[in-house]
Amino acid sequence: MNEALLTVLIAMLGGAIRVSTPFMFVALGECLTEKSGRVNLGLEGTLVLGAMVAYATSYHTGSPWAGVVAAGCAGAALGGLHASICSLPRVNDVAVGIAMMLFGVGVAFFFGKPYIQPTAPRLGSIALGGFSDNPALRSALDVNPLFFVGIAVAALLAWGLANTRWGLIVRTVGDSAPAALAMGLSVNRVRLLSTLVGGFLAGIGGAFLSLSYPGSWNQGLSSGQGLMAVALVIFARWSPLRCVLAALLFGGAGAIGPALQSVGITQGYYFFNAAPYILTLLIMVATSSATRVSRDMPGELTMAR
Amino acid sequence: MSGEPAVVGAMAEPSAPMGEWARRLRADAEYVVLPLAALIVAFLAFGVFLSALGKSPVDFIDYVWKGGFGSAFSFQNTLQRSAPLILTAVAVAIPARIGLIIIGGEGALVLGGFAAAAAALPLVGVLPPSLTLAIMFVVAAAVGAAWIGLAGLMRTLRGVNETISSLLLNYVGIAIMNFFVEGALRDATNPNKPSTKPIGDAYMVGKIPGTDVHWGFAVGILLAVALYILMTRTTFGFAARMTGGNPRAALAQGLPVGRIMVICTMIAGACAGLAGFYEVAAIQGRANASLAAGYGFTGILVSFLARHNPLVIVPVAILFGGLVASGGLIQRRMDLPDATVLVLQGLIFIVLLASETLYGRFPIFKPTEGAKA
Repeated sequence: MNEALLTVLIAMLGGAIRVSTPFMFVALGECLTEKSGRVNLGLEGTLVLGAMVAYATSYHTGSPWAGVVAAGCAGAALGGLHASICSLPRVNDVAVGIAMMLFGVGVAFFFGKPYIQPTAPRLGSIALGGFSDNPALRSALDVNPLFFVGIAVAALLAWGLANTRWGLIVRTVGDSAPAALAMGLSVNRVRLLSTLVGGFLAGIGGAFLSLSYPGSWNQGLSSGQGLMAVALVIFARWSPLRCVLAALLFGGAGAIGPALQSVGITQGYYFFNAAPYILTLLIMVATSSATRVSRDMPGELTMAR
Repeated sequence: MSGEPAVVGAMAEPSAPMGEWARRLRADAEYVVLPLAALIVAFLAFGVFLSALGKSPVDFIDYVWKGGFGSAFSFQNTLQRSAPLILTAVAVAIPARIGLIIIGGEGALVLGGFAAAAAALPLVGVLPPSLTLAIMFVVAAAVGAAWIGLAGLMRTLRGVNETISSLLLNYVGIAIMNFFVEGALRDATNPNKPSTKPIGDAYMVGKIPGTDVHWGFAVGILLAVALYILMTRTTFGFAARMTGGNPRAALAQGLPVGRIMVICTMIAGACAGLAGFYEVAAIQGRANASLAAGYGFTGILVSFLARHNPLVIVPVAILFGGLVASGGLIQRRMDLPDATVLVLQGLIFIVLLASETLYGRFPIFKPTEGAKA
């Protein structure tokens, strides 16, 4: 029994690292976008489109890293579309996000159909488990480089938002558009750039899905990860570093089902599959409040008003 | 986009003072002309998209017509598909009136349909069909109401963003159905697709006499009219619209804002649950994964296009029912993937939301200026 528990824990550790990477990228992208005062709910569509573009590019060029860059660019394009529509007066950013979600998924399925069958080169991983003889631990510690890229991006974002002129501009625009205007900043341009970069990061998250784990392209690849990541930003109270921790937590929750399967417990598979969604809902219930808005919430967010 | 209003302007060039009805017509025309213009622009953009891929946009329109509206058979198919769209669109429209963007229709549809099937199976052969169907109807509506009501409750009590929570509930709802359909309630005699046992032909909902369209279509229209009356002609509707307009003012007036929110989300959930009931009891005959066919998501677009007006939802739902119905024909004849309709829907949605910015920009729609001229 003890051995089975150890296997489950190791599988969950490996799963948490693998499953958390797309969460991390989408959450970091959304964090930056929301810091500038806008919500982009369309990142679910960005994630799926990024996965498709990455897979197709990797298949045609033979280079998975070219796929990662292409996925980022596709994500940035969707982000740019979202931002330019939202910059028109009296357009609701949440509704545009829903539309972008449907559009992104539609475009990905439309162009992705020929790529369901063929196999594309996948991203390699870094073996960190060399010290151990346990094969399960070794495979759990085969970590994709994108995981470390994500952590580096989080650190860079956290430092940049707090300490640089650019960070100050983004935070000002996000907290008070009138103040930003008085400073002579172009609110729409700052939000456009933030949403572009946010879309780029979410697209890379999609590339991880199709090129590393699960590591193939099909229409059921993402089921709400993009959306959970948006909820995760609220939970992480708009801090990039807390986004990483929250992503790891969600990754662990998402890994429960497959980890139990690896030791032969298939009972309640669908329940454990639903665990991340239920966890998200519970966390949102626990951390939100009906009477006050979170102190860390950017003041310009539609949720804050 | 500006071409369309200009045409209207040419027709409505007034020189004499206008009557009251003409002024109202002028103000309301904006809400018809702008969505129509958005629809046309989106179709044009989609035509460019198809042309770029070497497909003929004219063929596309032709197949949508043939597959959705051209013959009595295809039009009845369209009406049949518009039934769940009316119900899921109403499920978006009612909360939208109080300022909530709820997109959990898909999950409520799936769970409502599944609950109806699960409730019916032990009753088949025990109770007469009419009574069984009545029980299924109530169970589906109640489960749907509880499901979306949960999003309303979380919003009221804890301030949880209802858009995100309702979308997450979709995934949980589909997982619950899969859990039972692939487990305890699986029909062992059907090895192909995990489903519940069929409820049997005798227990299915019938067709509207003289047509091939099931009763869900008529019930959808009746519900849309009833909810329109509820929202525009009753005290509750007034309170709900006031809550949507300004929640703080509504609270200051002593209105039970929280209760109104929960009731509106429950009405929405009941409608979506009923859409699931008719999909199970009139089309599929059993509950399985085909319940999650995307009606809940298309319903969002229908409601936004109808500007959340339940009466306008009916014709818009028929239009999109035709689009969904012609999807198969387009796929086969034009060799396009099944996601083609999704791309078109996304495009329409984006252009429509962008067109929101145009309201009040055209003087021709302003009744005051009309009165001065």
